[in-house]
Amino acid sequence: MDKKASKSKWNLTPEGWNLEGVPAYQDEKRYTQVGRSVPRVDGPIKVKGEAIYTGDMTLPGMVYGKIKRSTYAHAIIKKIDYSKALELPGVLTVITGEEAPNKWGIVPQAANETALAVGKVRFYGEGVAAVAALDEETAEAALELIDVEYEPLPVLLDPFESMERAKEVLIHEDSPGNILHEGEQVYGDVDKAFAECEYVLEREFHTNYPQHGFLEPHSALASYDPQNGHLHLWASTQVPHYLHRQMSIVLEIPMNKIRVTLPAIGGGFGGKGEAAASEFVACLLSRKVGRPVKVTYERNEVFFTNKGRHPCHMKVKMGLDKDGYIQAIDFDNTMDKGAYSGWGIVVLFYTASMLHLPYKVPNARFRGRSVYTNKPSTGAMRGLGGVQPRWAMECLLDELAEMMGISPYELKMKNAIESGHTCINNMFVPHTEYKKCLQTAVEKSGYLEKHGKLSFGKGIGMAGGYYITGTAYTLYQNYKPHTSVMIRVDTEAGVTLFCAAADIGQGSNTVMAQMVAEEMGIHFEDVNVQAGDTEIGAFDLGSFASRLTYAAGAAIKMACVEINQKIKETAAGMLGCRADQLIIKNREIYSMYESKKRLPWEKAVEAYTSINGSLVSLGNFSPPRRKGIDLITGNRVQGANIGHSPTFGFSAQVHEVEVDVETGRIYVKKVTEAGDCGTPVNPMSVEGQVEGSIMFNLGACLYEDQKLDAEGKHLNPNFHDYKTPTTMEMPEMDTNIVESYDPTAPFGVKETGEGAVQPTFPAITNAIYDAIGVRFYNLPITPEMVLKALKEKKTTSCDCKCSKEC
Amino acid sequence: MKQLIELDINNRVYEVAVDARDLLLDVIRKKVGLTGTKKGCGEGDCGACTVLIDGKPELACIKLAIACQGKKITTIEGLIQEGGALHPIQQAFVDYGAVQCGFCTPGMILSAKGLLDRNPHPTEYDIKHELSGNICRCTGYKKIIEAVEAAAQVWSKEGVK
Repeated sequence: MDKKASKSKWNLTPEGWNLEGVPAYQDEKRYTQVGRSVPRVDGPIKVKGEAIYTGDMTLPGMVYGKIKRSTYAHAIIKKIDYSKALELPGVLTVITGEEAPNKWGIVPQAANETALAVGKVRFYGEGVAAVAALDEETAEAALELIDVEYEPLPVLLDPFESMERAKEVLIHEDSPGNILHEGEQVYGDVDKAFAECEYVLEREFHTNYPQHGFLEPHSALASYDPQNGHLHLWASTQVPHYLHRQMSIVLEIPMNKIRVTLPAIGGGFGGKGEAAASEFVACLLSRKVGRPVKVTYERNEVFFTNKGRHPCHMKVKMGLDKDGYIQAIDFDNTMDKGAYSGWGIVVLFYTASMLHLPYKVPNARFRGRSVYTNKPSTGAMRGLGGVQPRWAMECLLDELAEMMGISPYELKMKNAIESGHTCINNMFVPHTEYKKCLQTAVEKSGYLEKHGKLSFGKGIGMAGGYYITGTAYTLYQNYKPHTSVMIRVDTEAGVTLFCAAADIGQGSNTVMAQMVAEEMGIHFEDVNVQAGDTEIGAFDLGSFASRLTYAAGAAIKMACVEINQKIKETAAGMLGCRADQLIIKNREIYSMYESKKRLPWEKAVEAYTSINGSLVSLGNFSPPRRKGIDLITGNRVQGANIGHSPTFGFSAQVHEVEVDVETGRIYVKKVTEAGDCGTPVNPMSVEGQVEGSIMFNLGACLYEDQKLDAEGKHLNPNFHDYKTPTTMEMPEMDTNIVESYDPTAPFGVKETGEGAVQPTFPAITNAIYDAIGVRFYNLPITPEMVLKALKEKKTTSCDCKCSKEC
Repeated sequence: MKQLIELDINNRVYEVAVDARDLLLDVIRKKVGLTGTKKGCGEGDCGACTVLIDGKPELACIKLAIACQGKKITTIEGLIQEGGALHPIQQAFVDYGAVQCGFCTPGMILSAKGLLDRNPHPTEYDIKHELSGNICRCTGYKKIIEAVEAAAQVWSKEGVK
């Protein structure tokens, strides 16, 4: 109760952050705005139901668009006859894929998606035509009047079958073998290292096919102005910039005539991290009818077109020396790409990069391929490319620890990296508190006292994880800064931050306001944030890859240099001292040597503005690049460009489970988490991200899986049959933010929203093993699997002498 | 064949022309214009469209509008207090970080209100049980449950309309 009482006192008084006796300029970590659990700036309008999401918007003359969807998973489109639909009163127009055949894709080298299918469909539910009508009911009725003639093709739903039958049937004519991309990354001498290992273990792991389940379905509202050729699109997206760029390609309209605006966004988790057909269709229809058009998906359309997590079929081999130090990893990954490329190549190589941390790995070999199938495309989903290999590696380490007869905790601590670690693939970790994460989670949960000692049916498991922060590369060839911000200061609007960053629910607008306030010595409430608009905001790549807090933080710091300097110069003249002796804190400017020389911050702004007008400054952020030619040695630096990142966040989790041996049901009872997110800009938001992460992958580990029938028809495109965790499934959660500060990062920050999903799969899997002595290598781990395994165990090892009663 | 019906929403009577098959959710959002009630699934699975009908949480996406005549409907917009102040549940959701993307929030708050109206001193289990029909994909529910617990305490101390 005390914790709660103090929490509600977020509105700290100035005494709460009094710096008396400690010179602020001596301690850069001594923050007043960063590190506070202030409530979100958009909290009140959201609880009042006043936040406007795209689907809530109406424009004068607005009409509705609906998409006709394929009833085949793989078929040639012979003919589309929409003449009857056009005759229906209220129908304004019908379009088909032929009207916008330009291909789009977030990775341009492999772009192969079209707004609507052209010539053939590649998954069940793919859009084949779209209608604009005066109301939704008419649009829906018109869809029924569109006749599509198909010539069915063999449906390939399994990546191995897809490769095998590629001679017989190709999903994309330009992708031989039905392979989007195949790659290899070898570092060190893996075979030699294995030969010298004392402990070697090889296993196969198969992951499932979950999707994001963001609560707000895709929605897009497009308004094309035929008089000046401008297109304004409001859309529920994580990536306003990439959407903007792809819209320009598909519609053949220059980017400067397209504006993308983000209303409130109801979650994304990666699923809105690419453009969506709804957005192209809304724009195409609007341009054709000259009126605003809104396209909002039904829930089943979200499932049909989702870009969920890649099912991975992984062969993983790991070797340790006699002391338990990892010597080599051999990793073979076959990824199920679904129908279109999307993020595919990126995800493939992320899985390769993810092998190299958070443990020291001196030799590693990766072979992988991303294979087309006739399923909804897979894409970016929270913890992209990390979740699957992390699951495999953390489970393998658990098994290896058992082989060695030591605790998994000991094995992981032994191999965990430390600050300043350079991986063999040239990834560099400037700072980490990973060991502290492991230690905190283990100590707080009592893992060592419980592991291997609980009664049959009860178990405890641990695992670690990490994720990139800030990302290193744009997805198309360009070296422009990844984030730009513009800050305007004057007497009229106070302080306004302009940045096209997307607040998709994670709270970036609040965190950016805190960072601006920190850097300028004012309060977070003083900062207005204009975000999520490609015309008003300065450039930002988007909300993905846990990049935003780091990137925006760096850009904000840069923009504030000039602003603070000018305000200080003005104040210096007013106070009669040197500008470089001034400090700005708590809305006041004062001399660090003569504290009587002080004046309110806004007085200096007023003085500056009345002489010069508004004060405006730009800042930007470009991540360091760690691939190419080493300037000192002249050697070419090999390295996976994907996964390189300015810094990394870390997390460790301990899960305690109970397995009902009668029903096979698994209950996660308690989770103890410890995370290294650098400086938590807003600790309450960090907790929210971590708790959400645990829920997200707890669901995907135990329940969530999309099912298709033999013809590729989606069998559970709704929340009734696709089960996500509710309040009743949630365990007690003890999340801990370990003390951490990355001196190379703006404000010392790192990610938190994706690192914390990584340990969940393996921690649960390891806990189930501890509970019932069965290791699972397939996800999700269903009651059926548990019962089957228990039955097999009984018949095969009923006379075993293990500590568990079998 | 449309008919004119009266719906009492947030203590105001709206006259709306509806088809017999029109859903309460669509009427509230499109005809009345109160967009705080969200459509997450349209199939009664996610709880985003929860409204109170005669004080009881109901799913507006699977409720016919004509069946709601003569009943008192409360949407999220109806919770606002005098002078624009937030209802204690709304305030607690803000203070405890129970809101992220916000799309489940209106339904979640109304489910919580339905509970607290009926049971002002709920246990943690009561809260979990009552909110189990509202899916949230952002928060992991922990802060939502904490917020409802906190609101119950404020409510029982200070009272609220």
